[in-house]
Amino acid sequence: MITVEHLSKRYGAHPAVDDVSFTCAPGTVTGFLGPNGAGKSTTMRMITGLTPPTGGTATVDGVPYQRLGNPGRRVGVLLDASAQHAGRTGREVLTLAAMTMGLDRRRVDESLERVGLNRTAAKRRVRAYSLGMRQRLGLAHAMLGDPGILILDEPANGLDPEGIFWMRGLLREFADRGGTVLLSSHLLREVEAVADRLVVIGAGKIVAQGDKAELLAASGIVVKALDMAALDLMLQRIGLTGARTTDGGVVVQSDAETIGRAAADAGLVLLELRPAGGGGLEQMFLTLTAGDSVQESVR
Amino acid sequence: MTTVETTTTRPAEGTAPGAAPHRTPKLPLSRLVLVELRKLADTRAGLWLLIVIGLAAVATTLILLFAAPDDEKTFENFFTFALLPSGVLLPVLGILSMTAEWTQRTALTTFALVPQRGRVVAAKLAAAVLISILAVVPAFAFGAAGNLAAGGPWSITWQLVVQCVVLQVVWVLMGSAFGALLLNTPLAIVLFFALPMVWTILGETIRGLRTAASWLDMNVTTIPLTESAGGLTSGQWGRFLVSAAVWVLLPLVLGTVRVLRREVA
Repeated sequence: MITVEHLSKRYGAHPAVDDVSFTCAPGTVTGFLGPNGAGKSTTMRMITGLTPPTGGTATVDGVPYQRLGNPGRRVGVLLDASAQHAGRTGREVLTLAAMTMGLDRRRVDESLERVGLNRTAAKRRVRAYSLGMRQRLGLAHAMLGDPGILILDEPANGLDPEGIFWMRGLLREFADRGGTVLLSSHLLREVEAVADRLVVIGAGKIVAQGDKAELLAASGIVVKALDMAALDLMLQRIGLTGARTTDGGVVVQSDAETIGRAAADAGLVLLELRPAGGGGLEQMFLTLTAGDSVQESVR
Repeated sequence: MTTVETTTTRPAEGTAPGAAPHRTPKLPLSRLVLVELRKLADTRAGLWLLIVIGLAAVATTLILLFAAPDDEKTFENFFTFALLPSGVLLPVLGILSMTAEWTQRTALTTFALVPQRGRVVAAKLAAAVLISILAVVPAFAFGAAGNLAAGGPWSITWQLVVQCVVLQVVWVLMGSAFGALLLNTPLAIVLFFALPMVWTILGETIRGLRTAASWLDMNVTTIPLTESAGGLTSGQWGRFLVSAAVWVLLPLVLGTVRVLRREVA
């Protein structure tokens, strides 16, 4: 169980994370979505006690991370797969972690095997690893202490499609056995396939959160008309605003009947009128997080 | 490239994640010290530094054996000379131990596993002190081998041995302190060697600094530790401790505060 309450972090006048609250329950995978620089990593670093928050609290199983005693046995953390000493071998990285946590060294080999790093790979120095291999090593590191909670920042970066598919299976199975997963990504598609819940963050603020199914259902309908300008006027008249999709349609937060009747009254010819589905969520994700995010990602 | 195998090996069925005990006791400091000791030698940089120190200690023995006048071939000289390489190079290991966490960004995983950063710093210092004391053993052995070959006198006082150990420890701690304060490997190494040297040159050339230098120049205040076989006078200890407070204790305190406060990214 991860509980985040009113978590905030300011750097000078700049709010990197602004009043963020959410919980991750056992047995679920929570997708933490947002563009680069939206505050995902900062939030995760605050949960794991690496960055002191300016305000708010974060607890793991009801306890602040710093007071977990042997945190590696409770929470598996992968914040940056590249943050490993380039001169250590993969096996050495895990051996050090196993020693620190007081684990049987045999766990190291089991863990390497679980993530698909063979003996040759384990003996090589991390310098020679591809990003995908570093992610696998990072996952092995996170799961080494047999924790009940995983906190993973962009773990799919650098993995090939097969690797991403494998990782989804690993996380799904972990959650199905009662584990808690918090997984961040800047790509909706990547987490959509595995997450039960979504938390969407943009410019430091939470812009949407809830069950994936609910968020998908509430993502509006796509409308396309022969005369798009007339459609915009009609939408304005009934007090709705639409967000343009890439293929020339409009996503409206309404239901099909309302739009259909209004179009009939206005004598508009509709070409499309359908639930937006995942595409709508992506649209929402883009519109909600557009704007300041770009400027922050280069900060 | 077949280094990555995408097998779907799964752990034993039925084991719930977090089967680990719900209450996990704090990590014992002794274990953290062992981890930090291992980290000193498990990278190429660390391992080669240790190998070079060992080879250099052998070289000092050979130099003394073949190039020194006969009356200088004593066990005391062989021993103190063999300690020179570790005295100069072990501090670099102390620097690396502190800085690598930040330059290699391993602080992210180290502090995720041990959130009490003060304990990590304590473990690093303990590991550095242990290895500097251990370095006296091979120096003793090389010195004995050299003297055996030279057939020189064996007399050595316990005071001198203790002073040599103290000096080794102080140099390594000074390295660790510079590492913690600067958290940047090249900068820490350069300043560790250059600052005391500059200070020595200034102290020798500027008349007004001579008194200050006799209390604050480590290169001057540490000389009696390797030369006074009969033990240091209280005045010599006083000067040594004052200089060590400025060059070791002060940067160590400031560096520890910096490590405790710095945001890990």
